[in-house]
Amino acid sequence: MSSTVADTIVLARRNLKRIPRQPDLLIAYTIQPVMFVLLFVYVFGGAINTPGFDYVDFLMPGIIVQSIAFGGFVTALGLSEDVKKGLIDRFRSLPMSRAAVLAGRTFSDILLNCLSLVVLFAVGFAAGFNFIDTTAGQVILGLVLVLLMGYAFSWIFALVGLFSSSPETANSIGFTLIFPLTFASSVFVPASSMPDGLRQFAEANPFTTWSDAVRSLWIGTPPHSDVWMSFVWCAAFIVIFAPLAVARYRKVAAK
Amino acid sequence: MTDDAIVVEGLVKSYGNVRALCGVDFAAPPGSVLGLLGPNGAGKTTAVRILTTLLAPDGGSARVAGLDVVEDAAALRAKIGLAGQYAAVDENLTGFENLEMVGELYHMPRAEARARADELLEQFDLVDAAKRPAKTYSGGMRRRLDLAAALVYRPPVLFLDEPTTGLDPRSRLSMWETIESRTEEGSTVLLTTQYLEEADRLADRIVVIDHGNVIAEGTSDELKDRVGGERLEVVLEDVADGDRAVEALAAICQDPPSLEGQRVIVPVRHRSGVIADAVLRLNGAGVGIDDIVVHRPTLDDVFLHLTGHRAEEDPEEQTEEQTEEVAA
Repeated sequence: MSSTVADTIVLARRNLKRIPRQPDLLIAYTIQPVMFVLLFVYVFGGAINTPGFDYVDFLMPGIIVQSIAFGGFVTALGLSEDVKKGLIDRFRSLPMSRAAVLAGRTFSDILLNCLSLVVLFAVGFAAGFNFIDTTAGQVILGLVLVLLMGYAFSWIFALVGLFSSSPETANSIGFTLIFPLTFASSVFVPASSMPDGLRQFAEANPFTTWSDAVRSLWIGTPPHSDVWMSFVWCAAFIVIFAPLAVARYRKVAAK
Repeated sequence: MTDDAIVVEGLVKSYGNVRALCGVDFAAPPGSVLGLLGPNGAGKTTAVRILTTLLAPDGGSARVAGLDVVEDAAALRAKIGLAGQYAAVDENLTGFENLEMVGELYHMPRAEARARADELLEQFDLVDAAKRPAKTYSGGMRRRLDLAAALVYRPPVLFLDEPTTGLDPRSRLSMWETIESRTEEGSTVLLTTQYLEEADRLADRIVVIDHGNVIAEGTSDELKDRVGGERLEVVLEDVADGDRAVEALAAICQDPPSLEGQRVIVPVRHRSGVIADAVLRLNGAGVGIDDIVVHRPTLDDVFLHLTGHRAEEDPEEQTEEQTEEVAA
């Protein structure tokens, strides 16, 4: 058990080392979220009606949910590369914990997501975001919720990476599947503004539940059942996708 | 038998309907280099994957360093090193970081892992590149780093899966020298290769496999003897001298020499001195020599003799590797 933790840390450190060395990845975790915030606040923001709130206050919880959900894409990329380049074989031939490869990936994603959060809050505050009617406890609960959701998505990306024939495919599958889902939700606009059909879809979309839960914790919107439902969604995703990723890993590795 | 570092008995492995290994037996005593020779798809890599615990066999048994590859897999991993044709290094890490990481995954203390990384970079002539990401390395440098990673923990048994496939001749030669200096340190090595010259040069004993079966086993010389040992070939200046040449050379061989046009073929047992001896005898008989050579059968001849086909390489894989070389 202690060796699993030690091996996970060794591999997480390895995963993190590549980020500053690859400008496209560094951009994905820093400049891309900044760009999204500025684009929505200043380009679309004026045309979007969010009754009772400045758009930046409405937007930030949603855009944080969206950015963190994608934080795990580097896991899809990295795992797909490791399989292709034979590194998985090297790891499996070493007297190390076999769980550490996936654990190291998902753990390093959490740290990367923390980096994204710092960047997002910095640009959010600069663009005029404020916490409204909230307590330190609620702010922290919101952060925990967002990071847990990011962790759940890391397992989805792990599965995508292990199913992809190349890192490029892993990347495009991830974005094609998840990107539209974030738009058909209350991430950027209130679901109530959407036409029938799409509105019902958006209301059932977990991205709506997560965004609305974080809003209720950070800007004082009515909580309804969103907060605990959000945790249920996270748990459900982890319970479904972590075992699938582990099973797929075993299958891919033992070829 | 139980003292052997590698013992494989009746190993069977299938992928769906394809039988990769159909009951393979071989063994390697401690400190020896065993060459597993065969064309692509012969089952070499499957055997290595089973012996390094990456793959479970369907039948038969295998013990490495006294440990069963299935039952004692976890303990066995601390006693083996694996390097292969895919050069499994992390391209985003530097040479030093790659070796440090592998050391830490062997649960060496960090300071020791770092010292060992420095030592190996020195031995493998990678000191200048130690701080550069491995993606900037040439194909030959990557293979050296990969081999260094396999040696971090000084494993008693080393598996090299086609260590020079796709390398240019100069890198191949330097890789051979590296492997030779490693094997002098007393590790047992199992080397797979489709290059006959490579098995000839590096291996003490050679197991030839084809379509998942062992088709021959022995030292390089034993295998060559199976296709008839060495031949002295003399090309005569004048065809008319043929009979006199055969007569003059009959004394230096057991089997009678044969005559093919202006070429006399003489089966010989011992290479040393045979050319000088033949030249003297032919001179004495007044036979003019155009050319004279001792031909050793290559392992290619052995393979052809055993299987009826050459140990050719898969042209597709070759092209891919070469492209990779250019890109690297």
